[in-house]
Amino acid sequence: MVTGPNGAGKSSLLRIVAGLITATSGRVQLAGLDPDTRPAEQMHYLGHEDALKGALSVAENLTFWRTVLGTPGLAVAEALDEVGLGGLGRLPAAVLSAGQRRRLAIARLLVSRRPVWLLDEPTTALDASAQARFAALGRAHLETGGLILAATHAPLDFGAKARELRLGATA
Amino acid sequence: MMAAFLALVRRDLALAMRAGGGAGLGVVFFLSVVAVVPFAVGPDLVLLARIGPAILWIGAMLASLIGLERLFAADVEDGSLDALTGALLPLELVAAAKGLAYWIATGLPLVVAAPFLALMLNLDPAAIGALVATLLVGTPAVTALGLIGAAFAGAFRRGGLLIAVLVLPLAIPVLIFAVSATGAAVTGPVPFGTPFRVLIGLALFALVLGPVAAAAALRAARG
Repeated sequence: MVTGPNGAGKSSLLRIVAGLITATSGRVQLAGLDPDTRPAEQMHYLGHEDALKGALSVAENLTFWRTVLGTPGLAVAEALDEVGLGGLGRLPAAVLSAGQRRRLAIARLLVSRRPVWLLDEPTTALDASAQARFAALGRAHLETGGLILAATHAPLDFGAKARELRLGATA
Repeated sequence: MMAAFLALVRRDLALAMRAGGGAGLGVVFFLSVVAVVPFAVGPDLVLLARIGPAILWIGAMLASLIGLERLFAADVEDGSLDALTGALLPLELVAAAKGLAYWIATGLPLVVAAPFLALMLNLDPAAIGALVATLLVGTPAVTALGLIGAAFAGAFRRGGLLIAVLVLPLAIPVLIFAVSATGAAVTGPVPFGTPFRVLIGLALFALVLGPVAAAAALRAARG
């Protein structure tokens, strides 16, 4: 868990780890990943934006990410059930509410199996029960040997082994 | 990797074909440009036949660039591009896949429409054949070079102006050799093959350079 006030650099830290931006100083060292594969291909990066196309249906969006991200995990329908969007697969993603869009973005983590999850404010717009459900998904991921780096303001219960990194405000 | 490449091409094609996708925009622009020229030039059929290939090529080139502004900008804004860095594709192939889908949705209709528009400009069959061949080879080159401008436009807000400024100079050689190849097919003095082979060379160069440069631009702008 990465916490800290707005502007402390939580998102920047996540983007640096994801390889989206380069750090001005210091370096990122990732132990335990497969050295033969690009680090970015072993991570999920869930940013502020949901990376959905409104003109495509819910299932089409998810199927696209399942193919493009590779290492298939759950089937599309199962993942939608898991995040509480079961039966909505044929709707265009444009009609979803903000919370439902977030759930669909989270479903992306499930359709492709990757050890490292980088989550930037993952629970924005989620209701209380969806937050609890998401925390359970996170705990399940940790139990299977995965790693989560989450920048968040909301209290997320990722189990007893969760550690907190508190970033100070920019003075 | 191939599956991911094709999935990205399919997604971009689906987005282009659906409402608001703008697949028809280029061909409608092409049609408008070519349709108004005879009114401006006047009913001089000999003159039209002489300047016809140039007009068709200018129309096709501008029509190929018209939708490029949103090509990467849309993916940057909705976070898709960030998520795509984790895809099984290097950024160069992401750019190439998007370029291919863009060409199928925008460039290919131009090639198909060109013979019909050429009739309006009084081109003879040999010139029409040469024109279609040059468009088939040249529009992918223009699109590939356009990727560079599109990448900058995606990186900077309101970067549409950049596309014209950055891409048109790069695309000028393509225009020169495409139009001269079409002219050569009709009047000579050099055979059609000579400028056409240069055009093919330019196209191959652009197809390699475009995606690589676009990926570099996207990376540079992000960091």
